[in-house]
Amino acid sequence: MLGTFEYFVDQAINGVTLGAIYGLVAIGYTLVYGIIGMINFAHGEIFMIGAFVSIIAFLTLGLLGLTWVPLALLLVLIATMMLTAVYGWTLERVAYRPLRRSPRLAALITAIGMSIFLQNYVQLLQGARNKPLQQVISGGFEIMREGDYVVTLSYLQIFILLLTIVLMVVFTLVIGRTSLGRQQRSCEQDRDMAALLGVNVDRTISLTFVMGAVLASVAGLIFLLNYGVIDFYIGFLAGIKAFTAAVLGGIGSVPGAMLGGLLIGLIEALWSGYFTVEYKDVAAFSILILVLIFRPTGLLGTPDIEKV
Amino acid sequence: MTAADILESARPLLDVEHLTMRFGGLVAIDDVSFAAAPKDITAIIGPNGAGKTTVFNCLTGFYRPSVGRLTLRRNGQEHLLERMEGHDIAQAGVARTFQNIRLFSQMSALENLIVAQHNKLMRASGYTAFGLMGMQAYSEVEAQAVELARYWLERIELVDRADDDAGNLAYGQQRRLEIARAMCTEPALLCLDEPAAGLNPRESVELEELLLFIREQHGVGILLIEHDMSVVMEISDHIVVLDYGQKIAEGTPQEIRDDPAVIRAYLGEEGSAGAERGGGA
Repeated sequence: MLGTFEYFVDQAINGVTLGAIYGLVAIGYTLVYGIIGMINFAHGEIFMIGAFVSIIAFLTLGLLGLTWVPLALLLVLIATMMLTAVYGWTLERVAYRPLRRSPRLAALITAIGMSIFLQNYVQLLQGARNKPLQQVISGGFEIMREGDYVVTLSYLQIFILLLTIVLMVVFTLVIGRTSLGRQQRSCEQDRDMAALLGVNVDRTISLTFVMGAVLASVAGLIFLLNYGVIDFYIGFLAGIKAFTAAVLGGIGSVPGAMLGGLLIGLIEALWSGYFTVEYKDVAAFSILILVLIFRPTGLLGTPDIEKV
Repeated sequence: MTAADILESARPLLDVEHLTMRFGGLVAIDDVSFAAAPKDITAIIGPNGAGKTTVFNCLTGFYRPSVGRLTLRRNGQEHLLERMEGHDIAQAGVARTFQNIRLFSQMSALENLIVAQHNKLMRASGYTAFGLMGMQAYSEVEAQAVELARYWLERIELVDRADDDAGNLAYGQQRRLEIARAMCTEPALLCLDEPAAGLNPRESVELEELLLFIREQHGVGILLIEHDMSVVMEISDHIVVLDYGQKIAEGTPQEIRDDPAVIRAYLGEEGSAGAERGGGA
């Protein structure tokens, strides 16, 4: 069974689902790094908050008696995007903006501090126990069969993939084609010059955090739907894995973050499938080390050109 | 013209009053006052370290002056630049270029010109939301922005390079693109920091033509820092001379050419100045 193609496909589907989560979170790292040159280590916590807002929204809708799944999903999606965006905006406003002109180390330490703060904040408000959610989307269809071994593609996985693809396309368009995206790219290249052209740099940075938080919140929702259980600590590991994905793809590059997320997801799932589940994190982080040693600019990153 | 228009045209576009900038114990600019008339080309000259770029940095919000008032007048409104943030100053009508080229080198020439017009685009796009939905009003404004960009690309003879990354253009082309980008913000005052630096004589002449065109056709006042005296003397209406942070002279090119204080500042001794300038003193 282990050697069959069907088994491989099954693991690959799991990997792509996982990769969607990592990719969505990784975009947030990469966008923020691109625009202010810092690693927002509290971004994993934003993802965790997205998952918590989602579960609260689902339970609230359940209490209200709204059980029609498509509408419930849509409402939860909107709720988690909006509320998590507020967290992302506040994080930047409170913790990072006052440090805009201070050394990078100060911002980095603040990010780690915010990460610990947000974990404890959720732990205090929501309790430390696991929060389970019953399955929201069930069913699926069979795509392959080998004896007793059935490979199914669940409706949930289809939903996850479609949602991820739609979001990635929309955000690629926003960055590539809209005035907001041009502002972001101009701030990325030369913040002072952008301000001299009338670009409101502070607002552009805030919007970048909001965009990152929106994507992370969707990743949180996907995590909740896929695993059915969350706790206040999920942001830590997922955040670092997504950071690995961003570095693998080339930090600062949005397509790189998507690709990196997909690859880390696949590596982790295939490693668990063929070797040992215990060492899947080791596999993912070994990649981080190897990339940092042999290709620090990542797969799609451009080498840092010395600024004049 | 109404009486109000006449009154406004008589008042300076920019008033710099008692501008002083200290960095700790160092006085970079010491009580400098001058005015720039609308549609004039006003040059700021002086030896290295005289404080010319510091004046620009105060005007564009990079530094907050220690003392002084900087007033920009546009459409009957007065903007106190020393109190404003960088992007508000740009929206009030001050545009600037730097000594070194600061284009967005990884964006195309066209995009560089469109970024400069983003304020009207953001308003029209309902802060991106409508823009994504492809609303009519937005696409019209966007078409206008592209039109203005194309106008300037034609003016600086870069239409065929519109989609190339700005970083890949030749040096002289990048210089012209920077000026075009500044013009796309539709300023009232254009501050150019050594625009002729590194240009060959033919490119310098083209630059002079471009600046005169901007002044004639767009009614923009130009504030110019320049070391190339042939350019300065050729096109300036008014010259302000700084030395060690102080204004030592002000006047028309002819007056400055003959001013003994200026000659002393540039060349040290009056006698050698006469010899080198071919009777300029």
